[in-house]
Amino acid sequence: MTRTTTADLGADAPDAETEATRRDFLLIATGAFAAVGTAAAVWPFIHQMNPDASALALSSIEVDISSIEEGQAITVMWQGKPVSIRYRSAAEMEEARATPVDDLADPLARNDNLDATAPANDENRSVPGREQWLIMLKVCTHLGCIPLDEAGEFGGWFCPCHGSHYDTAGRIRIGPAPENMAIPPFEFLDETLVRIG
Amino acid sequence: MQHDYFPRYEPKTAVGRWFDDRLPLTRLMYDSFVAYPVPRNLNYFYTFGGILSIMLVVQIVTGVVLAMHYVPHEDFAFDSIEHIMRNVNYGWLLRYIHSNGASMFFLAVYIHIFRGLYFGSYKAPREILWILGVVIFLLMMATAFMGYVLPWGQMSFWGATVITNLFSAIPLVGESVVTWLWGGFAVGQPTLNRFYSLHYLLPFMIAGVVALHVWALHVTGQTNPTGIEVKSKQDVVPFTPHATIKDAFAMTLFLILFAWFVFYLPNYLGHADNYQKADPLVTPAHIVPEWYLLPFYAILRAVPSKLFGVVLMFGSIAVLFILPWLDTSRVRSANYRPLYRQFFWIFVVVCIGLGYLGAKPAEGGYVVAARILTIYYFAHFFLILPLLGLFENPRPRPASIADSVLGPADQPSGAPAAAGGVAAPETRG
Repeated sequence: MTRTTTADLGADAPDAETEATRRDFLLIATGAFAAVGTAAAVWPFIHQMNPDASALALSSIEVDISSIEEGQAITVMWQGKPVSIRYRSAAEMEEARATPVDDLADPLARNDNLDATAPANDENRSVPGREQWLIMLKVCTHLGCIPLDEAGEFGGWFCPCHGSHYDTAGRIRIGPAPENMAIPPFEFLDETLVRIG
Repeated sequence: MQHDYFPRYEPKTAVGRWFDDRLPLTRLMYDSFVAYPVPRNLNYFYTFGGILSIMLVVQIVTGVVLAMHYVPHEDFAFDSIEHIMRNVNYGWLLRYIHSNGASMFFLAVYIHIFRGLYFGSYKAPREILWILGVVIFLLMMATAFMGYVLPWGQMSFWGATVITNLFSAIPLVGESVVTWLWGGFAVGQPTLNRFYSLHYLLPFMIAGVVALHVWALHVTGQTNPTGIEVKSKQDVVPFTPHATIKDAFAMTLFLILFAWFVFYLPNYLGHADNYQKADPLVTPAHIVPEWYLLPFYAILRAVPSKLFGVVLMFGSIAVLFILPWLDTSRVRSANYRPLYRQFFWIFVVVCIGLGYLGAKPAEGGYVVAARILTIYYFAHFFLILPLLGLFENPRPRPASIADSVLGPADQPSGAPAAAGGVAAPETRG
């Protein structure tokens, strides 16, 4: 391999200062390779912090809801978060249905069983034929606290941390929370058994 | 500060010379902490840098030994704290020193920061010094927050939930970032484990930035209550014994206060809820962070929008980074700025007021008050400071530091040899 000196460049290539040389190419190629290599080396150190295989494996649970009477609710754990399963009373549903979607702070249903753009009317907060069941992540969408049941100005949920009020369909009405509480993917396996996740 | 005011290090023994030629460590220490010139008029507010260094050492030493007994697991963490309190020899002492040490650390850092604000320590040529200080402050808050999670009590768990959820306010990637921070779908074992690892790491990063902070300090030299730069040898005294003894005395007083908390009020600054084991199903009725984070928490809650609240909360600290360029006044010390001096004290009251409101429930009049104070907080930086520099009439400043302490040295008759008459080896702007 012969070394190219500045003098050689000057002699062979009069436009050496403006024209790309082999050295420029090598420098850029080396730099690009080093950047890609660094990114590839850093990625495992970042990705190790994401949920591991064992956390991802706990993706669904089955719950027996036969013991829940009208107006009652139970809370179960799913993926480390509480899920409220509520058998809503007729009055609660009526109240939720009487609210126009235009009055809602978050107009989207946030229901994983439906299209992401579904409007937040009461029907879209449950599944057809089982509208009395509100199955919802009982996690405030503000900063993740657990709201209190049957509390707040709308008789739904009230988050004591920063004062968010939710209605009887778990939709945000007043307060800093930006979204309605999320409806996880779920499926009724039969009359009394529901699978969440 | 480049200086030749006081004799520099001279190895006195053959071994000393041999060592100095190979690693001038003793020389560095001697020139930085013995022969180093400090303004002769430093008051006790200037002793908090030294106090903070000691607090960092106290926290690292107690933390390292606590780590020998603590178990970072969601099933055992809470019990291992009680194990430290009851079974480990002197475990109660070490833990109370560590937990109250965090509070004392913040008490000292707040006095240190407000001293900087009062005497204009952030102004040219000390911007980098100031910015490094803000970096240390941020690292301290991260460290303290993660440390508070480790006992895995109710406040630990829900504090961790609320603070990590702040990042969910980031548009588009917020949820992924929060999942990444948690290592799961909620705060849990992976979160606790990584917080433990980072809580161990960050103090050493703080120590690294402190080294840069001290380095930057020793390049520009300290400010002083007059805000005038050192001009001659008359303005300064050697670090040892003067600053050393003053720092040591202040440190002793501070440690008495510290000991009073450790021995008589060890849980006064904590929350009873944190002696309940973490329960992911029940949020405590009233979540509050430790006292030293309350003003920022109040700002977060004052805003009715999640994203904007988070932005303002981080912004309230980020604004400190650009403070050197927001303050347009050329006069450093508030002693010679009659208007700024009043606004400074209003600002202190506003910060304390925000702290008070951060501890109150987010409802009614508290929210309104928090909003007013939040607006004032930002107005102080973006409105008051830039305008004051333009409209304020500063009072006349003494000609030199020595003048401010000893009275004007040169009478109109002007004896050139008065008070030593040492010519400044260099002229500083």
